[in-house]
Amino acid sequence: MASATLVSVLVTVGIVLSLIPTTFRLLKEITTQVFGTVWAPLFTPSQYGMAPLLTGTFIIVSIAMVIAIPIGLASAIFLSDYATFNLRRIVKPILEILAGIPTVVLGLFGLYVVNPEFVEKYWPIGEPLAYTALGAGLMTGILIIPIIASVADDALSSVPRAMREAAYALGATRREVATKVVLNAGLSGVVAALILAFARAFGETTIALMVAGSYPKLSANPGDPMQTMASFIGFAGIGDAEVGSSAYNTIFLVGTVLFTVTLILNILGNRFIARFREVYE
Amino acid sequence: MSMISNQSQASKVAASEQKKGSNPMSSSTASRKPSEPLKFVDPVFTLKDVAVSYGNFVAVSDVNMQIPSHDITAFIGPSGCGKSTLLRTLNRTNDLIPGAKVHGSLFYHDADLYHPSASAVEVRRRIGMVFQKPNPFPKSIYENIAFGPKVNGRPKKSELDDIVEKSLKSAALWDEVKDRLNESALGLSGGQQQRLCIARSIAVEPEVILMDEPCSALDPIATLRIEELMAELKKQYTIVIVTHNMQQAARVSSYTAFYVTEVNLTSDRRTGKLVEFNETKKMFSTPDDERTEAYVTGKMG
Amino acid sequence: MATTSTSLQSRVSLDRRIKDFAFTTFLSISIVASLAFIFYIIYRLYNNAGFLLSWDLVTFFPSYDIDTAGFQSSIMGSIWIVGFATLFAVPIGVMTALYLEEFAGKRNRFTALLELNIQNLAGVPAVVFGLIGLAFIARGPLSWGFTVGSAAIVLAMLILPVIIIITREAIRAVPPSYKEGALALGATHWQAVSKLVIPSAVPGTATGTILAVSRAIGESAPLLLLGALSFVTFNPTGLDSGFTILPLAIFKYASDSREEFQVLASAGSLILLAILFAMNLSAILLRDYTLRKRNV
Repeated sequence: MASATLVSVLVTVGIVLSLIPTTFRLLKEITTQVFGTVWAPLFTPSQYGMAPLLTGTFIIVSIAMVIAIPIGLASAIFLSDYATFNLRRIVKPILEILAGIPTVVLGLFGLYVVNPEFVEKYWPIGEPLAYTALGAGLMTGILIIPIIASVADDALSSVPRAMREAAYALGATRREVATKVVLNAGLSGVVAALILAFARAFGETTIALMVAGSYPKLSANPGDPMQTMASFIGFAGIGDAEVGSSAYNTIFLVGTVLFTVTLILNILGNRFIARFREVYE
Repeated sequence: MSMISNQSQASKVAASEQKKGSNPMSSSTASRKPSEPLKFVDPVFTLKDVAVSYGNFVAVSDVNMQIPSHDITAFIGPSGCGKSTLLRTLNRTNDLIPGAKVHGSLFYHDADLYHPSASAVEVRRRIGMVFQKPNPFPKSIYENIAFGPKVNGRPKKSELDDIVEKSLKSAALWDEVKDRLNESALGLSGGQQQRLCIARSIAVEPEVILMDEPCSALDPIATLRIEELMAELKKQYTIVIVTHNMQQAARVSSYTAFYVTEVNLTSDRRTGKLVEFNETKKMFSTPDDERTEAYVTGKMG
Repeated sequence: MATTSTSLQSRVSLDRRIKDFAFTTFLSISIVASLAFIFYIIYRLYNNAGFLLSWDLVTFFPSYDIDTAGFQSSIMGSIWIVGFATLFAVPIGVMTALYLEEFAGKRNRFTALLELNIQNLAGVPAVVFGLIGLAFIARGPLSWGFTVGSAAIVLAMLILPVIIIITREAIRAVPPSYKEGALALGATHWQAVSKLVIPSAVPGTATGTILAVSRAIGESAPLLLLGALSFVTFNPTGLDSGFTILPLAIFKYASDSREEFQVLASAGSLILLAILFAMNLSAILLRDYTLRKRNV
């Protein structure tokens, strides 16, 4: 049985091992170019300016967070402080259903409905076409709402009833108790929820690929198509790149960055959860 | 109106049976049957046939009593007899528990606490509560006290400062914390935290302070300080305290209510019942009910 | 003092009341919006492609001709791959969870490191698992190529942390008094575990596994890198065969510029959602059934 657990260790080791050597090899070749603004690693001649991928990722993830944080937190507060027992029993499964929608389907919806019917029609800046970062951001936001809602709800529900009662006993209204006391007391758990949701949005490939397209455009306008680090990996991996070529290695370079960032975020997020549990359990 | 009915009630009972604890009137108690509740002039709370149920479970029932103002009333009895539950009905804290229902009539002065038009928020502003385990908010000492006033109005900073200082002084905590108001309240000792919670309640200027076993999580010295505090506080506030500790009730309160759990043999249901409500001095020396006597002399646990 | 009539009317100021109302409205809208979105997606999908739903979709294979295009190969591919992935991941995951809960020293470094590992693995983006698969399994040392076997292993790695975490919770939910009672009767640790803890933890583990499996069915990114996007018109024939999966078949049709194929993609989405719904429903029913059995 102990050998079974070794498998788990092996998997982690495997991840690290696959990414590091290839990254180093690639880095040797391209260090000077990374700071450019054209990302075209699969073409010849290859260019490796990271800027478009960075801005693309940043814009799409930001839009996702802007959507998901209010709705996710609202759902969490609703569940922990406003819903009756029966209402909670109905709403929680609904959020689970939302969490269960596969990313392909969300991507499809973004491509067929959100982009043509909303973004193309109403986005004032520029000329949005079939692929937009805004659409990808919106759908990714919907993807992570359940993460924020459930982790934050766990945190807020763990705040002891005595603390709420004390606040009520001072003549506070439900909103005041929920926002000024419970949210305050459960803050580290809520922060954990945000961090974990951010990490998930950061690593999302399919939605970005389907809705924002595969053209790494450097732009600040969410109406434009863009490519994220994750969607680049997906896009580049579809073809059959030659093993060991710099194009092949690029995938692993970006993969390393992706893995490192999400790893740090996840460790951070879990630390916040652990800290929260210490206080309230 | 209410004044008149109170006066006629007062004239029915011996006139010397007043809200401030006084000599037990042997004549009045001789003429009063043990089951007839004590009456006061202008009681803070009047309970008639009050019962509390959670779903099918009746926690306490048949409570008839009045609670006097500017005094300390204690609820005592073995565990599970519903005294905490009853305390919580006095400021509608039970509303927060799903399925809890209060039956009978519960009046705060002459207003029905559970009337549909009564605002629970307003009720709780006037009737504060201190809990068994000190529960300061995870904020600074200053912010803990300021929470109530800030939520209930828009006090200027200078007013807030005054309120915080006054409340902490009333709770006998000012000298110990005046130099560290901005530090976290969680850094205080248990006894200090409980006094902080009392100061926090005082800051919203309630009329009543309910205390649910406030000293059970504290050491004897901290307990003593809080009991001294209570004696001071009763000059300005009405206090109702639930306590497991009989000696504490004997020390601090002027009136005591004693509850037991009655088991219905046929249905095996347990319900709390008020057995006796009397002046403390009398309850602990010559109680009216034999169950009370058994409890206070230690024969019943 | 209280000789006047007391009023318990609310004295909450107007701006507090406005804020209370606005806040409650905002909360309600958020919840309703989330619920409404789920229905809206299904409505749009059905509107678009409901007419296509028929057994043909499931029996036909992909083709360039819209009239004969279907999803059979991808559905079978999904079943094969997820099936094997579960076969690989569940024993390893359950044993790891058992080890961590029952047999590992609670305070040593190795255990702590392992737990940290698992927690982090659970948060790794799916596409990175595809990268490992590409580096080590499809190419690299194993060089199995773009086959069912490679895909199954990649998915197994993906769901392994989830199964471990869920099984641990199921084991923890078993009251320690069961085990202690057995030990007090002279059973060895292993006997107590195998005869009491494991059977009691089975329902929770089964439910969790179903949920992990439904997650695996919906995954698309990792297998993108493993060649599942190719035009596959046959069902898998073995661990070494080529394959495609339902999510990627949808992806492929969706990327087609012809509108009929886009509609086909919507139909595929409905099928996928139906499969997931069925799995989640069975997980819930299973949980309720075992709960009821326990409380009898």
